[in-house]
Amino acid sequence: MSAAAMHAPGQSGSGDASLGHVATGTLDATHGVVLYLEDISVSFDGFKALNKLSLAIDVGELRCVIGPNGAGKTTMMDVITGKTRPDEGTVFFGQTIDLTRLTEPEIAHAGIGRKFQKPTIFEHHSVFENLELSMKADKRVRKTLFAKLSSEEGDRIAEMLDRIRLADSAGREAGLLSHGQKQWLEIGMLLMQEPKLLLLDEPVAGMSDDETERTAELFLTLAGKHSLVVVEHDMAFIGKIARKVTVLHEGSVLAEGPLAQVQEDPRVIEVYLGR
Amino acid sequence: MTSPILTARSGLARRLYGPAGWLAILVAVLVAFLLFPVLNLAVAPESPFHISAYWVTLIGKIMCYAMVAIAMDLIWGYAGILSLGHGLFFALGGYAMGMYLMRQIGRDGQYQSDMPDFMVFLDWKEFPLAWWNSDQFWWCALLVVAVPGLLAYAFGFFAFRSRVKGVYFSIITQALTYAAMLLFFRNNTGFGGNNGFTDFKRILGTPITTPETRMVLFAVTAAVLIGTLLLARTIVTSKLGRILTAIRDAEQRVMFCGYNPVHYKLFIWVVSAMICGLAGALYVPQVGIINPGEMSPANSIEIAIWVAVGGRGTLVGAVLGAFLVNGGKSFLTQQFPEYWFYFLGLIFILSTLFLPNGVVGLVKSWRKK
Repeated sequence: MSAAAMHAPGQSGSGDASLGHVATGTLDATHGVVLYLEDISVSFDGFKALNKLSLAIDVGELRCVIGPNGAGKTTMMDVITGKTRPDEGTVFFGQTIDLTRLTEPEIAHAGIGRKFQKPTIFEHHSVFENLELSMKADKRVRKTLFAKLSSEEGDRIAEMLDRIRLADSAGREAGLLSHGQKQWLEIGMLLMQEPKLLLLDEPVAGMSDDETERTAELFLTLAGKHSLVVVEHDMAFIGKIARKVTVLHEGSVLAEGPLAQVQEDPRVIEVYLGR
Repeated sequence: MTSPILTARSGLARRLYGPAGWLAILVAVLVAFLLFPVLNLAVAPESPFHISAYWVTLIGKIMCYAMVAIAMDLIWGYAGILSLGHGLFFALGGYAMGMYLMRQIGRDGQYQSDMPDFMVFLDWKEFPLAWWNSDQFWWCALLVVAVPGLLAYAFGFFAFRSRVKGVYFSIITQALTYAAMLLFFRNNTGFGGNNGFTDFKRILGTPITTPETRMVLFAVTAAVLIGTLLLARTIVTSKLGRILTAIRDAEQRVMFCGYNPVHYKLFIWVVSAMICGLAGALYVPQVGIINPGEMSPANSIEIAIWVAVGGRGTLVGAVLGAFLVNGGKSFLTQQFPEYWFYFLGLIFILSTLFLPNGVVGLVKSWRKK
């Protein structure tokens, strides 16, 4: 097999050219900004999902993104993770990594983890295996064929099982978990990747009040070590975790600032309550 | 707390099968390497215990089909990619071996020429390029896996990179095997046109139809089948195997975990095609003929039916399905030759309706009760 042909375009790797090698640079966030979106536009069949959207996320920041349906929140995440290519604009991860030129797996390798709106886990694998597969490791074909779980890796999975309160369900098929447990499992899977930036699309949807409370606590402990972008509709949840809030409307930023200030903004009130 | 899971993973033999599984394999080994040779070669034909050449060839042939079924299960049952063109890889392996067998005929053909009869008939003076070195066994043995492997790699590279999925992928593979069949029907392609290759005389210098050669081919096929099963089992119980099923269930998540699904699909697709090539190469000397009919779309669909009947995503189910359907086929085509396709259709409808997880799934659900 030709290894050279397998290389995806983008930055050059460490010279270790083998099947499935994913080449990405290392994150350089010396200026304190981990993610920088500038003038992003995306349109689907004439509909402008994003319209000159600009946004900057600081290292260790916990940012909440709110906005009415169709404001472009999910499309924004699609652009950051490489699922959708922007028509215009630039997306930089740190100072050097141009995300618009990388594929989804390369972006994941660079250090961005994403939770989907609908919990997306491996339903036919056990909870343990879900964490095993998402764990940070060499993710090339040859390495995974001969991969063996080290005791250190086993410990890390056990730790995460405790942290997401699924230790008793380690051997259970993930598809049998409750909705809230699936959400937690997916968050656990993201953390196993050891990402620098976490994108969380409606993380508490379908959770009980108790679970929502615990999720808020978890996110607050994560901020600082990781940067988080949380898209959520649940304002009570936002109230618990919010420091800085960005309001999206019709594909661009309508308002940005502390929650109380944003909530009093007349334009935000108009968008949410209608004219 | 996690220790039971960890210990279960250590040790390849334990990883592959439990005690019952290894016992079943041991029984299969005894039957193939002891029972069959003794009852076929040492027991007199008049004895009721004698196994006739008919049975040796039939079981040998079905074992080749079982390898194809394993290959199909790897790609369909585990990675969720339904190929309706696996007959093509099987036939290519068969043709590669067939070339060598044609060369082994030597001057014993009807025209007593160094060249195969069909080339003499077409008034060709020299071998086409594809026949280069085809009198060498090692070269043809290499082609047996290399040709299906390279074709699968080239086709898979573009299909998977373009994210062709589901029914679209299946239809393209179907078209691929159909196009290849039309190509091989032409005399000018250089592989005997619609007659293909037949009338083999020797393999590695020894006569091909003697009971001893037949038994050696049978034993080699059994060994390769068991080897294939263990290889496939090694793949699906590895981390790579778990990634394949993850791609089947949630490809998006796999990508966002940092795995490139294209590479994984390509790997299992090429392995699957190479197994088919090997099966085709073992099939041809036992059955004594290879022609473009093996590439017909119906053949490839039948492979999928074997796996569906046996149970997808189990490997053992694939082997079982190949034996059940083909055993039934050889019985029914003798008793009621004209009704076989109705039976096949019926089997498919019934198994989809009542056995969504195949025979293996049925046994599993019985055990749970």
